[in-house]
Amino acid sequence: MSRQHAVRCAGLLKTYDAKPPVEAVRGLDLEVQAGECFGLLGPNGAGKTTTVEILEGILEPSGGEVEVLGMRWGRDDDALRQKLGVSLQETKLADKLTVAETLRLFGSFYRAGRKAAEVMAEVGLSEKASSWVVNLSGGQRQRLAVACALVGDPELLFLDEPTTGLDPQSRRQLWDIVRGLRERGRTIVLTTHYMDEAERLCDRVAVVDHGRRIALGSPAELIASLGGEHVLEFAVEGDSLVPEALADVSSVRAVRAEAGGIQMTVEEPHVAIPALLTRLAAEGRTLSRLTTRQASLEDVFVSLTGRHLRDE
Amino acid sequence: MSEGSAFLQLYLSRLREFLREPEVVFWVFGFPVLLAIGLGIAFRNKPPDEVAVGIVEGPRVAEARRALSPGAGFRPQELAADQARRALRLGKVDLVVVPAEVYEYVFDPTRPESVMARQRVDDALQRGGGRRDPVPVRETHVTEPGARYIDFLIPGLIGMNIMSGGMWGVGFVIVDMRARRLLKRLLATPMRRADFLGAMMASRLSFVFTEVVLILAFGWLAFDLVIQGSLLLIALLAVLGGFVFSGLGLLVASRARKIETVSGLMNLVMLPMWVFSGVFFSADRFPEAAQPLIRALPLTALNDALRAVILEGAGLASQAGPVALLAAWAAVSFVLALKLFRWT
Repeated sequence: MSRQHAVRCAGLLKTYDAKPPVEAVRGLDLEVQAGECFGLLGPNGAGKTTTVEILEGILEPSGGEVEVLGMRWGRDDDALRQKLGVSLQETKLADKLTVAETLRLFGSFYRAGRKAAEVMAEVGLSEKASSWVVNLSGGQRQRLAVACALVGDPELLFLDEPTTGLDPQSRRQLWDIVRGLRERGRTIVLTTHYMDEAERLCDRVAVVDHGRRIALGSPAELIASLGGEHVLEFAVEGDSLVPEALADVSSVRAVRAEAGGIQMTVEEPHVAIPALLTRLAAEGRTLSRLTTRQASLEDVFVSLTGRHLRDE
Repeated sequence: MSEGSAFLQLYLSRLREFLREPEVVFWVFGFPVLLAIGLGIAFRNKPPDEVAVGIVEGPRVAEARRALSPGAGFRPQELAADQARRALRLGKVDLVVVPAEVYEYVFDPTRPESVMARQRVDDALQRGGGRRDPVPVRETHVTEPGARYIDFLIPGLIGMNIMSGGMWGVGFVIVDMRARRLLKRLLATPMRRADFLGAMMASRLSFVFTEVVLILAFGWLAFDLVIQGSLLLIALLAVLGGFVFSGLGLLVASRARKIETVSGLMNLVMLPMWVFSGVFFSADRFPEAAQPLIRALPLTALNDALRAVILEGAGLASQAGPVALLAAWAAVSFVLALKLFRWT
């Protein structure tokens, strides 16, 4: 099991009929290893949902190869559906069924369905067993959606934007659930446009933009690819500076203009900051703001596309 | 092992979701009963009303007063001439008698009750004046069971309820599930489509059965409705009707993504049948030229067959035509619906 690919797709294409046709996915390659938590990170409209819905067998691709758990859609549909757990973006479960009834319903579709009580305990909804779905909070509903994905005891779990629209506490609860699943060896594919979510949960991340994969690796690898793990942001009084003129400051790996200031990726802040201050003093400029922080996947996306994840 | 079969769970879910919506329960079960009460009272059979007649001052007023007494089925009012005209115009009296040397009847000949009043007033005055009828007559009064308006109405209400129940119970529910992306979510499970559809039909038929029993029992208890035909045949017609209208509900819901779309489509399908298919009055009242079309509507066939069985005790053989028509509607709508159906 450990060596096997849970998901493999190559040259995946999906074009929606419209005027003009919408190319949602344009030649995407993915390989998800069994037992890992794999993230598709990208802005809204990047093609993440289309991609996972193809992998889930809900949409048909316009082209490309798809293999899930060593099987193919169109040939092994029932066997595949028995082994997949799915949480779609924005599914509204029946309002007036209770949590337990909803899970019993979903469990009944699987040959090896799990007990509702067991799954409720796993996602922390045992106390809500006899509450109607309509009376649950957003976080509880999302945990129920994940529970519906778990009730078939899946080998591979797809979670599409599991924490979108949730408050910070509910997000953390869901993260704990996902981490728990991963520790118990389930393969998870999740999509998100939250960089912190991808950093915290995923073993590997594919950064997706405009239907293409633009980067792949563990969060640490992707951040390291920036050349430095720290980000320096500053602004000066008076006219703004030309970013290129600062590229030769010690320990600086990249410089770009940001709204109202300059952003630098630096390897060693303790080297770069004194060098920068010396340079500014020599030019007679006064610093109005200076912050440093750890580089994030957001910075990776910005350096690859020049745009922020949440711009769109 | 899973807790119960998928079919059973889907069926239970439908029942629960239905019973947990009080408004829906009212529209399905309470509304037809209220309608029957309202219309049953408004159109109850009763002896003809007393004739409201205005009497104006005149030389023969005493004679008129004697002939048009309350005991003889009149409600006389003595009025001044201008008051009398006004009462006539407002419909407070059906006719005004001016008891001059020659009696004068003042009335509107386009009002049926006024024309009837003229006959009865004239009869009473002529007899009071000494007329003898040359031909002897005798009257026998009969009231046929099943001939009252409420008797006509109850089978129509059953038909109407089966129609709207099927259309809403399937059409609305499916589009709601599609709009919630719940259909898509189900598609991502190994659920068998046949279980889903079967559970939908089974729950629908359970409700149809309850509705029919409720309305018939209500008609029997409140209005002494007498069921002439076989209950089994009524059940068969109800099941067939349930299939037809669930099929049409599935058809209108096969592609619609929004509740507004499917509501419009359902009204488009149901409105002509409410009007033409003989729910509240006989479909025979429409012109001859429209009859072939009206007879082809499934609700017309269902209503006619239900009336024939409930009111006249008709057997299956005599209802083969409507039964075949209903079966054809059911088959066509299901085949089309399943061909067109989209989960997402």
